[in-house]
Amino acid sequence: MAGAAPTAEARAAEAPRDHAGGGFASAVSALVRKDLRLELRTRESVPAMFLFSLSTFVLFRFGLDRESLEGDLASGVLWVTLLFAAVLGMNRLFVAEREEGGFDAFLLAPVDRTSLFVAKAAVLFGFLVAVEVAAIPAFAVLLLGPSPFQALPGLLAILLLADVGIAVIGTLVGALAIQTRARDLIVPLISLPLVLPVVIAAGHATAPLFAEAGAEALPARWLGVLGLYDLVFGLLALAVFDFLLED
Amino acid sequence: MFGRGLQTLSIASVVLVTGAFALVFLYAPNDADQGFVQKIFYLHVPLAIVALGGFVDGGVFAIQYLRTGDRGHDLRSYVAIHLSLILGLGVLATGSIWAKASWGAWWVWDEPTLVSFLIVFLLFACYQPLRFSIDDPERQARYAAVFAIIGGAFVPLNFLAVRLAESLIHPRVLSTTGGSMPGEMRLTFLVSTVAMVCLFVTLWKYELASKHASMRLRALKRALAGDDAAGPLARTAAPTQI
Amino acid sequence: MAPAIELSDVGRAYGERTALSGVTLTLEPGRTLAVFGANGAGKSTLLRILATLLRPHAGRARVLGRDLPQDGWAVRGRVGLLAHDPMLYRELSARENLRFHARLHGVDETRVEALLDQVGLRRRADEPVRMLSRGMTQRVAICRVSLHEPELLLLDEPLANLDPGAAEAVEPLIGRSAGPARVLISHDVEHGLAEADLVLGLKAGRPALLAPAASVTARDVRGLY
Repeated sequence: MAGAAPTAEARAAEAPRDHAGGGFASAVSALVRKDLRLELRTRESVPAMFLFSLSTFVLFRFGLDRESLEGDLASGVLWVTLLFAAVLGMNRLFVAEREEGGFDAFLLAPVDRTSLFVAKAAVLFGFLVAVEVAAIPAFAVLLLGPSPFQALPGLLAILLLADVGIAVIGTLVGALAIQTRARDLIVPLISLPLVLPVVIAAGHATAPLFAEAGAEALPARWLGVLGLYDLVFGLLALAVFDFLLED
Repeated sequence: MFGRGLQTLSIASVVLVTGAFALVFLYAPNDADQGFVQKIFYLHVPLAIVALGGFVDGGVFAIQYLRTGDRGHDLRSYVAIHLSLILGLGVLATGSIWAKASWGAWWVWDEPTLVSFLIVFLLFACYQPLRFSIDDPERQARYAAVFAIIGGAFVPLNFLAVRLAESLIHPRVLSTTGGSMPGEMRLTFLVSTVAMVCLFVTLWKYELASKHASMRLRALKRALAGDDAAGPLARTAAPTQI
Repeated sequence: MAPAIELSDVGRAYGERTALSGVTLTLEPGRTLAVFGANGAGKSTLLRILATLLRPHAGRARVLGRDLPQDGWAVRGRVGLLAHDPMLYRELSARENLRFHARLHGVDETRVEALLDQVGLRRRADEPVRMLSRGMTQRVAICRVSLHEPELLLLDEPLANLDPGAAEAVEPLIGRSAGPARVLISHDVEHGLAEADLVLGLKAGRPALLAPAASVTARDVRGLY
C-alpha cells in the first residue's frame, strides 16, 4: 500500500477544540520556560553565539584591514555577523526535542501544535536579543567609528523588527532541518537566502545611523519592508508549521 | 496518466521555437545602443520569466499536495522546480553573457532582477539536497512541499526588497532601448515567451510521464515477481510513488 | 461503554515496505492486550498508531471511541505512551520534567509530588535526569505516563531495568490493578502472558496469532520469534 498523505481538512479537524489541556498561552509559556531553563542550565547557545560574533568582528577587522568602520560598511559588517550568529542559534533550537524525545512528548499533549512554533520563535528571538545586548556594545568598542549613542533608538527599532523576521525563518528552517540527515548544512543553506531581504532592509536602514558625521534620520521605508516581511512569513509559518510535525 | 496531449505539445513547441528563432534573427531590428548582442534578451528574459513561473508553480502544486494528499501533486511540484533550476542556470549564463557583451563585466550587481534571480536560484538549489536528506518518502514529500511553499512566497518578496535596494541609485543596465519597445521587438519578445512556456510545459509533461512510467514498471515487477524482484530502492530526491 | 480499541484491517507502510497490515482486534476497557513479535515485526508501529503519533495508512482505527486520524486531537491527553525513549530532558531534574509535562497536560502540580513519592524518588527529584540510573529514569518515565491519568496505557517494556522492589512500587500506576486498558509489549513471555487478557502475535507486520490469553501457551508465542 502506498502511504496516503493526510488531507489538510483532516488536519484542520484535528486541531483541539475543547481540549482538556492547559490552553494555548499556557502551553507556550510552559515550552518557553522549559527552554529558558535548559539554556540557563547548559549555556549552550547564547554564549556560543556571542563569542562567535566577537570572533567575526576580529575577522572583519583583519579581513577588511580596517580598524574603524562607518556608514554602509559598519552596517553591513554588523548585520552579516548577527546573521551568522543567528544561524548557530537556529541549529541548536530543536536539538533537545530531537535527541531527548521531546517531539513525541509534545505531540502527545492535548495542545495546539502551533504553540510549539510560537514558543520556539519566542525563544530564538530572546536568544538574539540577549546576544545583541552584548554584541552591539562590543561592536561599538571594537569596530564602530562614530559614537553609537545617537544611533541607539533607531537601531533598537530595526533590531526588534529584524529579529522577529530572523526568529520566524529560523524556527521554520530549524524544524525543517531537524529531521534531515544533514541538519547542520541544511540550516545555513536554506536560511541565508530566505533572510536576505531582512539583511538588505536592516542594512539599508542602519547605514545612515552609523554615518561618520553623526547619525542621520532613519529611513522609515525599510522599517516598512521589515514589517511586511515579518507579517508575510509569520502568517505563512503559522499555516505550514503543523505539517512539519505530523506523521 | 501524464502523457495526454504530449504529441500535440511537442509539435507546437517545435513550431513555436523555430518561429521565435526566425523572428529573432530575421525580423527583430538590431538595438540602437547594444547592437546584435542585445538579441540575447529574447532568450534571457523568457527563460527567466518561465523559470520563476516554474518555481511559483512548484509552490502551488505543493499547496495542492498538502491539501489533498495526492502524491501526484508532489511529483508535479518536484518536476516543475527541477526543470526551473535547469532553466535558471540558463538565465544566469545568458545574463552573464549579456552583461559581458554590453557592460564589459561577467556580472553586474546593478541589475536588480538578475540579482534577485540569483538569490531565488540559491534558495531553490537547496530543494533537491533537502529531499535527498530525508529517507521516509512521505515525510520527504511533505517537507519538500513546505519548502516549496516558503520558496514560492519568497520570490515576490525578494524581488521587492532587491528592487528597493537598487532602484534609486543605479539605472537599469540591461533594459532595452530606453523607454518603450518598438512593435517588431515586442512581437518577437512575445513569441519567444510563448515558445518558452510551451517548451517548459512539454518538457515538464515528458518528465512526469517518464517518472510515472518508471514507478509503474517497478510496481509491476514487484507485484508479479515478489517484493525483492526490483531490487532495493536507492536513496533519491525524486518522488518514487504516487 | 465503548471499547478502548477497535482496529479493523489497520496497516501502515514505510515507503515500499509494509510495516504493519491486516490488524483487526477489539479491546474492552480495563483489559490488557499483550503484543509479541520479533524486532521489526511492527509492534512499535502499532503502539505509535494507537498513540496518535502515526496515521494508519489502511483500515479503520478507533481509540477510546474516537476515529483516527480525524479525531486524534480528542484522544491525545487520554492516552499514555511509555516507549524506549523516556521522553525526559536530561539536563532538567525529574521534578522539572514532570512539572513541564503537567503544565502541557493541564494537570495540577501536586500530582507530581504524589507520584514522585509513590515511586520512591522524592529524595533525588532535583538532580538532573542524566545523573539517575536507568532504573530510576524508568521510574520517572512511568510517573510521566501516569501523570494525566490516561484511560489507555501503551507500554513498551515497562519493567525494563526495574528491580523487584521498583516493579512492585509502580504496579498500582501501570499494572493490571491500575484500571486503564493497556497494550503491553514485553519480551518476557511469561510475564506478558500473565498480564494479558488478549494476545496478539506479529510476524513481519502481519498478525500471526490473535487469541484470548487463557488459550495461548508460551510455546505458541515463542513460535513467532
